[in-house]
Amino acid sequence: MENIANAEKRREKQSHLGQKALNHVTDTVVYIVLTVMGILWILPICYMVYTAFRVTPNTGIINKLFPDNLELGFGNFGKLFTETDFPIWFGNTLKIAACSCALTTLFTLMTAYALSRMRFKMRKPLMNVMLVLGMFPGFMSMIAVYFILKAMGLTNSHLALILVYSGSAAMGYYISKGFFDTIPRSLEEAAILDGASQWTIFWRVILPLSKPIVVYTILTSFIGPWGDFIFVNVIINNTSPEKFTVALGLYRLINSDQGAFSKWFTTFCAGATIIAIVIGGLFVFMQKYYVSGVTSGAVKD
Amino acid sequence: MESIGTAAAPKQNFFARFWSNLKFTFKRLWERIRSVVMAVVHGSLATKMSFLFMGVGQIMRKQYVKGILYALLEVLFILFMAFFGGNYLFKFLFSGHLGTVQETEQVWDDALGQYVSVPGENSMFILLYGVVSLVVLVLFVIAWGMNVKGSVNNDRLLAEGKPVNTFKQDCALYINRKFYVTLLLLPLIGLTVFTVMPLVFMILIAFTNYDYQHLPPSKLFDWVGFSNFANLFSLAEGTGFAKVFLLILAWTIVWAFVATFSNYFLGIIVAKIINRPRTKLKKLWRTLLVIPIAIPQFITLLMMSKILDGDGILNKILGTTIYWLADTQYLSLLPRITIILVNMWIGIPFTMLMTTGILMNIPQDMLEAAKLDGANSWQLFWKIEMPYIFHVTTPYLITQFVGNINNFNVIWLLTGGGPADSIHYGVGNSKSTDLLVTWLYRMTTDTNVQYAMASVIGIAVFVICGLVSLITYNRSKAVTQEEEYQ
Repeated sequence: MENIANAEKRREKQSHLGQKALNHVTDTVVYIVLTVMGILWILPICYMVYTAFRVTPNTGIINKLFPDNLELGFGNFGKLFTETDFPIWFGNTLKIAACSCALTTLFTLMTAYALSRMRFKMRKPLMNVMLVLGMFPGFMSMIAVYFILKAMGLTNSHLALILVYSGSAAMGYYISKGFFDTIPRSLEEAAILDGASQWTIFWRVILPLSKPIVVYTILTSFIGPWGDFIFVNVIINNTSPEKFTVALGLYRLINSDQGAFSKWFTTFCAGATIIAIVIGGLFVFMQKYYVSGVTSGAVKD
Repeated sequence: MESIGTAAAPKQNFFARFWSNLKFTFKRLWERIRSVVMAVVHGSLATKMSFLFMGVGQIMRKQYVKGILYALLEVLFILFMAFFGGNYLFKFLFSGHLGTVQETEQVWDDALGQYVSVPGENSMFILLYGVVSLVVLVLFVIAWGMNVKGSVNNDRLLAEGKPVNTFKQDCALYINRKFYVTLLLLPLIGLTVFTVMPLVFMILIAFTNYDYQHLPPSKLFDWVGFSNFANLFSLAEGTGFAKVFLLILAWTIVWAFVATFSNYFLGIIVAKIINRPRTKLKKLWRTLLVIPIAIPQFITLLMMSKILDGDGILNKILGTTIYWLADTQYLSLLPRITIILVNMWIGIPFTMLMTTGILMNIPQDMLEAAKLDGANSWQLFWKIEMPYIFHVTTPYLITQFVGNINNFNVIWLLTGGGPADSIHYGVGNSKSTDLLVTWLYRMTTDTNVQYAMASVIGIAVFVICGLVSLITYNRSKAVTQEEEYQ
C-alpha cells in the first residue's frame, strides 16, 4: 500500500517538474514568436521613417540598406513644404475631412436613432433596402456619380468630395444603432412623462449618453478622406494640383510618370511620415473611446 | 441581424420567403391604391379637389400654409416635367432607343425652304436624366398620395366633430411622433442622389452597349437586352468573357477565403498568446502590432509594394532579384502568396484587437465549471473559448468575407492587379491578381473603357455577395436560435 502511495507522489512530483520545464519552453517560444512578429510588423514603418530622413543618396532605389554616402537630415521635409503643394493638400484634406465628418456624423446618428428608437411602417423595408444596396461594390456607380456631379456643375470642387463622402452616410448606421439599442427604454419613458418631445430626447437624453459612439463616428468619418484616392482621382482634375487632397497628391507624386519614383520617393516618405503621425495619433485617441464605448457602454443597462 | 422577411414564417427557405414577401408587398400596394380610390369616390368635395390638384382640399379646409406648399410642389413638378424631365422620361421609357440623332445635323426643312441645325442627342444624358426624372416622378406620386390621405384624414376628423390640425400642430408632429421623418429626410435624400440613382443608372448600363466604341455624343449607345450577360458566359475567341471571368472569379473566391480565415485564426492565436497570464509586456506587443493599421492603407501598402519591388530594398538586402509582386510563373503564384502574406500584416492586428475584447467577456462561470471537471487549458480553448468566439464573431466573419471579395485597396496598391500574364491578358484588359472589383475599376478607367461589361461584373459581384450573406446568415440564425450563450 505504502509503495503505491509513494509511487503516486513521485509521479506527481515528476509531472510538476515536467510542467515547469514545459512552461519554460512555451515561454521561450512565445517570446521568440512575439519578438519576430513585432520586428516584422514594425520594420516597414521604420524603413519609411528612415527613408524620410535620408537626404543622400536622394533616389528611390538604394543598393544597400546603409549606403556609404549616407546622410540623414530634415531636407526631405523642407523639399516637401517648398517644392510640392503639400501644405495646400494638407489644408484641403483638413477642410474636406472636417466638413464631411460633421455631415456624416449627423446623418449616421440621425438614421441610427430613427431606426433604433422609433417604430414606423417603413422601418424594416428601409433596413432591408440598405442591406441590399450595401452589397453592390461601392465604386461601381462612380461613373454615374461623376456625371450627376457634372450635371450639378460640381466636378473638380471640394464640395463635390464632401457630398460624395457624406452622401451615403445613412448606410453606415449599423454600429451606432447597435449602441442605441442597448440604452434602456425606461430613460426615454421617464423623459416622456416629463413632457419631453422626441426631439428633446434625441439631443438631451440619448446623445449625451452615447459619447463613445459619437466620438467613434466622428473619428472614423474624419479619417476616411485622408486615405481615399479612388473618388478624388475621379472627381478632381489631374491638372489642378492645388485642389488635390493629401492622398491623391502623395500618390501622384511617385506614380505620375516614369522618373517620378526615384525623384520623389524620399519626399513621399516624408509626407507619409507626417500623415502617419497625425492619423496614427488620432487612431490611438480613438482606440480608447472605441474600447470604452463598446465594452462599458454596452454593459451599462 | 434582422430577418430579411417581414411577413413570413421563419422556417421557410429564402425563395419561399422572398416570394411571400413580394406577394405581401403587392397586396399592400394594391390595398393602398384601392383605399385611395374608394376614399375619393366616397369622399368629400375637398378630397376630390385634392385628388385633382394637390393642396386645393387643404386650402378649402383653411390649412393655408400646407395647401399652398402642396400646390407649389405640384406646380414645380409640372414645370420640371414640361421643360426638362418629361422629354428625357419619354425617350427613356417609351422610345425604345437612347437617342437617334447622332451629332448636330443639317436637316432640310420644307416649310422654311432651307437647312436647319438639329442638335445632337446624348444617350448618356437621356439615360441619366431619364432615371432622375423617374425618381422625381415616384417621389411626386408619394407626395400626392400623402396629400390625398391627409384630406381623407381631415374628412374623418370633421365627421367625428373634431377640428383639423393647424400648421403649428402639424409641425409639432414632426419633432415628436413623426420625428423619424425629420431625422431620415436628409440622409435619405443623400442616399437617393449618391447611391440609389447612380446604382439604377449603372444597372441599366449593363443592358446597353456603352463602351469605347460607343462614346456619346459622337457615337450614341443603345439598348442591347441581355447580350452583355450572354457575353459574360461566352467562350468566343477574343470577345467572350467566360474564360477570364471564371479565372478571376475563382481567384476572388480563393483570395476571400484564404485572406479571411488566415487573418481570423492567426489573429485569434496571437490574441491568445498575448493575453496568456504569463506573457509579460502585453501592452508593448499589442502596440507594435497595431502601429501599421493606425496608418492609412494607401501609405502602408504603397510602402510595401516599393519594398517588395524587383529593385526594392528587400531584394537588395537578400542580394536577390525575386519579383515578389510581378513573377508570372505558375499562374503568378508568388505574387498571390505575397499579397496574402502582406494582407496578414494588415489584418491580423484587427482580429487580435477584437478577440482581446471578446476574451475578456467570456462568461467566467463556464470556464470555472470546466476547470472543476478537470479540463486542461488546451481543452478549455477548443471546447469553450473557440466556440464562444466563433459564435460571437460570425457576423464579423461574414462582413470580412464580403469585404475581402471587394478588397480593392490591397490588390490595387500592391500589384495594381498585375502582373499581366498570357492566360489572363485579353478581354477587359484583365491581369493575373485582379479581383472582380479591380477588374471592374480598370474597365471603367482604361483607355478602352467598357462601361457595359463593367456593370455586368458589378452585378455579378452583387449576386455573389448577396448569396454568401444569405446562406451564411440563415445558417448562423439557426445557431442563434439555440441561445447557447444568452
